[in-house]
Amino acid sequence: MMSVAIVGVGQTSFSRNCGVSIRELCFEAFRDSLEDINLMVKEIDASIVCSAPEYDKQRSPAGLISEYVGLTPKPTFYAESICSSSSIGVKVGYSFIKSGLHDIVAVIGFQKMSEISSAEVQERMGRGADIQWESPFGTMMPAGYAMFARAHMQKYGTTGEQLAKVKVKSGKYSLLNPLAMYRREVTLEECLKARVIASPLKMFDCCANADGASCVIMASEEKAKKITDTPVWVAGIGAASDTLSTTGRTNLTGLDCAIEAGRQAYKMARIEPEDVDVAEVHDCFTIAEIMAYENLGFCKPGEGGKLIEESQTYIGGKIPVNVDGGLLSKGHPIGATGGSQIRTIMLQLQGNAGKTQVDGAEVGLIHNIGGIGLYGNVTILRR
Amino acid sequence: MSFDKFGKISYISESKVADFVKYLNEGKIMATRCNKCGKLHFPPRADCPDDLSTDMKWEELSGRCKLLTYTTAHFAPTGFKDDVPYTIALAQCEEGVKAYALLSKDIDENEIRIGMKLQLIPIRLPDNRITYELQKA
Repeated sequence: MMSVAIVGVGQTSFSRNCGVSIRELCFEAFRDSLEDINLMVKEIDASIVCSAPEYDKQRSPAGLISEYVGLTPKPTFYAESICSSSSIGVKVGYSFIKSGLHDIVAVIGFQKMSEISSAEVQERMGRGADIQWESPFGTMMPAGYAMFARAHMQKYGTTGEQLAKVKVKSGKYSLLNPLAMYRREVTLEECLKARVIASPLKMFDCCANADGASCVIMASEEKAKKITDTPVWVAGIGAASDTLSTTGRTNLTGLDCAIEAGRQAYKMARIEPEDVDVAEVHDCFTIAEIMAYENLGFCKPGEGGKLIEESQTYIGGKIPVNVDGGLLSKGHPIGATGGSQIRTIMLQLQGNAGKTQVDGAEVGLIHNIGGIGLYGNVTILRR
Repeated sequence: MSFDKFGKISYISESKVADFVKYLNEGKIMATRCNKCGKLHFPPRADCPDDLSTDMKWEELSGRCKLLTYTTAHFAPTGFKDDVPYTIALAQCEEGVKAYALLSKDIDENEIRIGMKLQLIPIRLPDNRITYELQKA
């Protein structure tokens, strides 16, 4: 059976206010993805453009981005699953190639969150929940994850200090990622003293809005070998959804969509959690990283706090996680995040991760979540 | 009463279950029950996803419930800034359904305990608006 490869990855630096237009932002990531590989723009058969539309001023950005990077008249369209938009783009790209419809696909993810005013951002924040039954109570993303954090603390005894240790790790690795928005170490004390955003989550438990773009170039096995000497293979893909409403959830201490997506991806890749050498997980909040450890089987349910406390997710630990600083330090330009995570794992598996290289990494995992555990996406890559 | 009177800010005005607001105004918190499979839905639904039936009846909830989880928000989206801090809660109703609502400001943050008994109660808001909140049982 033909395999599907990732042959190129690119990313802009993530920043608070990029100062350029979305087409220029995407161009930068696209050009970066083609650097050092043997591929001409005109050889790309199709593109998938990924972002969260509530931050776009441009209607139907796919056509614009496709035109600006020089892909017209190749087919292009828009894919969205909020924060996991570019992971779902990669899933669709995989299907295109596997089906034989296309040989080479570009997945371009972007978000310019500074495109709209902060008042507009505040207004959109409130509409991320079920607008009929939950938004009328003034909810927002941090509150949603905070409710999981509270339940996790109650059930398993997870502490605020354990949450903070996720951010301490993130800060440490941010210094080694020149594309991260926040590049500084944060002490445990700073985290614990920070103002409360939505209890028990404090400022450093939360990632920040950002501008940025990412690009993933995918190719069929035959083409991949001509494009690069170091393709990375898509070994497993899993995706699942959960209820948008909080009232519809049964699990309040983990994300069922992540558990299911992980199960599918492990099965397809024919591996177990302990076979993963390096992972990127969706740490939009510190509690999200702790739940990811558990939901992906890196530890048992309830032992995520202990895993970070024992530094097992640092390089040299049992399973290095988010050694690029994660969303907590990189920033979270919604549509670009999944592609950025894939880029980090690609560089790791190619041995190009520099000072954050996990020695001998052969299998990498990407966990990318849309909403508050609404869309779960897990991708497994192999060298 | 139209659905746009529900909550501090309502983002929608039309719904097949808009009568929920009328009942709320009468002091009742209503769920819907599927006449075909018997499943109880709260928040109420006009359509049952289990058997695709649209044959539903209104049924009043006792309001008796227990706290499952909560958060006290210190930042808020547009329209809620004057209310911070406020506590958003998820409760398990004795009928088996869950309720998402604010916790009454009469409950001190230090008093809040997961598992505590609560009562879901309709309350009136300024400008002829109406909602429900979780109060101490």
